[in-house]
Amino acid sequence: MTALLQNVFAGLSLGCTYALVALGFVVIYKATGVINFAQGGLLALGAYLGYTFSTSLAMAFAVAVVLACLAAAVAGAAVERIVLRRMVGQPPFAVIMITIGLLFVIEPVITAIWGFENLQVTNPWNIDTVTVGGLVLGVRDLWTIGLTAAAVVGFFLFFRHSDFGLAMRATAFDPEAALAQGISARRVYAVSWAIAAALAALAGITLAAGPGGLSPSIGFIALAAFPAMILGGVDSPTGAVLGGLVIGLVEALTRGYQDHLFAWAGDNVSVIVPYLIMILILLVRPYGLLGTRDVRRI
Amino acid sequence: MADPILAVANLEVVYDDVVLVLRGLSLTVPEGAVVALLGANGAGKTTLLRAVTGLLGPHRGRITKGSVAVAGVDVTGADPADVVRRGVAQVMEGRRVFAELTVEENLRVGAHTRRARALVKESLERVFDLFPVLAARRGSVAGYLSGGEQQMLAIGRALMAAPRLLLLDEPSLGLAPRLVAQVRDIIAEINAQGTSVLLVEQNAVMALSIADHGYVLEVGSVVRDGPAADLLADADIREFYLGAPADGERRSFAEVKSYRRKKRWSA
Repeated sequence: MTALLQNVFAGLSLGCTYALVALGFVVIYKATGVINFAQGGLLALGAYLGYTFSTSLAMAFAVAVVLACLAAAVAGAAVERIVLRRMVGQPPFAVIMITIGLLFVIEPVITAIWGFENLQVTNPWNIDTVTVGGLVLGVRDLWTIGLTAAAVVGFFLFFRHSDFGLAMRATAFDPEAALAQGISARRVYAVSWAIAAALAALAGITLAAGPGGLSPSIGFIALAAFPAMILGGVDSPTGAVLGGLVIGLVEALTRGYQDHLFAWAGDNVSVIVPYLIMILILLVRPYGLLGTRDVRRI
Repeated sequence: MADPILAVANLEVVYDDVVLVLRGLSLTVPEGAVVALLGANGAGKTTLLRAVTGLLGPHRGRITKGSVAVAGVDVTGADPADVVRRGVAQVMEGRRVFAELTVEENLRVGAHTRRARALVKESLERVFDLFPVLAARRGSVAGYLSGGEQQMLAIGRALMAAPRLLLLDEPSLGLAPRLVAQVRDIIAEINAQGTSVLLVEQNAVMALSIADHGYVLEVGSVVRDGPAADLLADADIREFYLGAPADGERRSFAEVKSYRRKKRWSA
């Protein structure tokens, strides 16, 4: 039982990282109709900015996290402003290729600035643990879960209740009708990119503070957030968060039990399980669990 | 004389750099008036509205000549948000309500450009007064409203911008006759409360029955205009838009068609 709960806890922490990245995917997809493959690059950029603030500049970790998220948000909005705005109205295929290109541009920029070696981010969590009822809980994991919960709640309050969140939802549904109400589509696009980048940066920093440390390949985690987004439905923020948690849980549980259950399949079954789930879900429900089935009454 | 609320002068609009849709169109909406714009499909009615509200961009359209002025201020090629702030709100063809948002959220989106919360609340009350059905269903998702209710919502949403000029693109399209009469009464009511109206319609009788002035559009330019009463009495207009000859005698469809062809105003 303890072992099970231990795996569940590890899965929640991992799932939170996926949830943040998947939410970023969904925010940009809803606003602009494009899947942003550069999300992993933004995550890495945010993590390295966090390293610079907390380790190189020796700022308090909380300050470093906030600054890194803000800086990533500015970078995200800048990418939208400089590159993607020129692509408004172009075929989605071309825009998606550009985001893939961006991913490959961001990585060399990062290695040019910060180098290839594995870096340790100064953080107050280290490898501390607390023991609750026999469960050994990593402090970093607890903070990852707490910060993700705060970011997700904050996002939903903004998205559901603020005037600008309303404008974003209106634009997502019918861009032209939203324009006709005087909503600035450009501002909606830029804010969407900023939000996605800030969420990715938060995921990146909490990840970099973990056992893996910080290396240029940290952005690959965004690929595993892909199944999370598909699982939830590409246009559902709630689905993205749930999908992230589910994928994290399944991955952690598979890792925990693969020696007993899938010994025949080798050591790294847990790595491919998210993608297996994604394929399965797409076969059964192509629009994801909470995605729009595209029925409209007109 | 004061500047008209809308003055379109010699407007030319081209789509995709090649398709000339408006060919030197001029039209005026005096302050406080209801002006009807009539014309068949493809005459350029919707394009004119897009040119006024700055929505040509998403359709790859461009103003190549002429000007649009709102209350004396030039807004040719302006941003849609600027046009809304100048007091022009539009009810688009096909209603275009945000089906995933609730009725109240749709109305809030309509007030996006306004900052004074007290005044927005006042507008909301006014819309609910005008459309009690929207008040009753304020929490419902707009996609589940009936077609008529969605049209009311689309009009209510436009009113939330507190417009001085309301542009309506075929508000009667697809509605039952009883609802058409209701929409007509509401437009008259909105106008009586001080908002000028430019009403684009194929339902000429409905439009001319509340308009002060009417324009007839054909392949991108105005071919006739005059006081609404004159147009309504005009035998040619009756022929074109009512499909009924002035003498009330029924003809075969083929005959009507060929007759219509002969009597187009412009070649």
